[in-house]
Amino acid sequence: MTEPAFDAESHVRAMTASLGLTVEPAWMPEVVAHLAAIRAAAQLVERFALADEAEPAPIFEAGR
Amino acid sequence: MTADERLLGSASAIAAVVTAGRVSATAMTEAALARIARLDPGLGAFTDVTAARARATAAAIDADRDAGRPLGALAGVPFAVKNLFDVEGLPTRAGSKINRERAPASRDATLVARLEAAGAVLVGALNMGEWAYDFTGENAHDGPSRNPHDPTRMAGGSSGGCGTALAAGMVPLALGSDTNGSIRVPSSFCGVFGLKPTYGRLSRAGTFPFVSSLDHLGPFARSVADLALAFDAMQGDDRADPHLARRRPLATSTTLGGGLTGLRFGVLGDHFARNGHREAFAAVAKVAEALGRPPTVFLPEAARARAAAYVITAAEGAALHLERLRTRAGDFDPDTRDRFLAGATVPAAWVIRAQTFRRWFAEAAERLFDTVDVVIAPSTPCVAPVSGTKRLVLDGVDLPLRPNIGVYTQPISFVGLPVVAVPVWLPGAGLPIGVQIIARPWAEDVALRVAAALEAMGTVAAPVAAEEGT
Repeated sequence: MTEPAFDAESHVRAMTASLGLTVEPAWMPEVVAHLAAIRAAAQLVERFALADEAEPAPIFEAGR
Repeated sequence: MTADERLLGSASAIAAVVTAGRVSATAMTEAALARIARLDPGLGAFTDVTAARARATAAAIDADRDAGRPLGALAGVPFAVKNLFDVEGLPTRAGSKINRERAPASRDATLVARLEAAGAVLVGALNMGEWAYDFTGENAHDGPSRNPHDPTRMAGGSSGGCGTALAAGMVPLALGSDTNGSIRVPSSFCGVFGLKPTYGRLSRAGTFPFVSSLDHLGPFARSVADLALAFDAMQGDDRADPHLARRRPLATSTTLGGGLTGLRFGVLGDHFARNGHREAFAAVAKVAEALGRPPTVFLPEAARARAAAYVITAAEGAALHLERLRTRAGDFDPDTRDRFLAGATVPAAWVIRAQTFRRWFAEAAERLFDTVDVVIAPSTPCVAPVSGTKRLVLDGVDLPLRPNIGVYTQPISFVGLPVVAVPVWLPGAGLPIGVQIIARPWAEDVALRVAAALEAMGTVAAPVAAEEGT
């Protein structure tokens, strides 16, 4: 699997602007560090092969 | 025995003497209020004390008894709840500054109402990590909930006030929440019992959420019988909670004395035998010895399960708070704000992948329970750290403390398994550390039965902390 280069700070800047969120300059290093940690966790999950047919865990029950 | 002395005992014993008329609910309530007033300024467990309400509730119980009306299983038992539970008349702050501006709750959370229907007496709301995104029990707005066994140390979080109030003997029963470990971590650090039921077992109606996919509610107590009494009183359908599974209530108090015979045990290896301090594994060894030295068993991909829970938590938590992050970011506790802001930027594919892995991992857990009935693992990788600690060394690697306290709890709650967190005191240790007693889904009765057997053998115990200077 190819894992693309990830610039956490650029991602934070682009996404927070799109979402209308403000990240004060003093907060940015911590926010970027947290996103990097989440990204590392997501990569660990993504590296695990799952079938296309695999169902996500949450099941909606109609009528509930 | 005075009401003050009884307060340090079990909820079951209090209910028995109140029902028998040997002490009044009012006397028990006054004892709790007095102990809270005396000890809480130094420990930070409570954010609200509902004294007038408690006195009125207790007076009604005493009137019922005087009139010969039957009393509930928790008659006269003082209890308190993490401040994310709705308490009529209080804004549900969920550890935040922002929520203090909310309108006061118009009614109690379902579980609060059910405990009071069983005769328990609510005496207040408890400190917690902001928005429940926390394992330390620290809070930028309310100050830390401190560890009664050593007030320089963390209570654990995010249900920090629950651990503090129980270990200090202020109440014999409390309710908390556990998304990734927030009942089991303070149970470990403060040396008390905690029950995280199966996901979907107990109603969440009237509580402030954190991560809908992972949020659980459950009781803290100083005895296993008290956990069972509270659990039995709180089960049942609730139309106000769409997450609730349609299960028949499970009577656990009546099966507590079943002992260990006929049960198959395992000690979780791999992920659960790494990444911890010596005390964590010594505690597991002590419990394993009492269970007859069961074999090591494996729950595959536990580290990946933890990672998936981490991703879901960040994204769902941020989605919940998105508008508040837009307009009130400066009013968040900085320790949660920066994590939520990062979580708001998580791509959808990461979350959906994590939820798909969750199904795979749930099936792996199901296979594990084909061969065993109960598995054990540490609750935390270390004893309670000194308050303010930011780093933790695990297996020689220097790591940020906050996320890594949940290294052993997070994979288990990820797939909703029921757990009783039991407190272990190692020889000569000044601080406790917890072990998770983990059962298959919906088998809280089995986990409680094993915990009760360990308690009866003296392997685990939840003593009230000695007061400073005594």
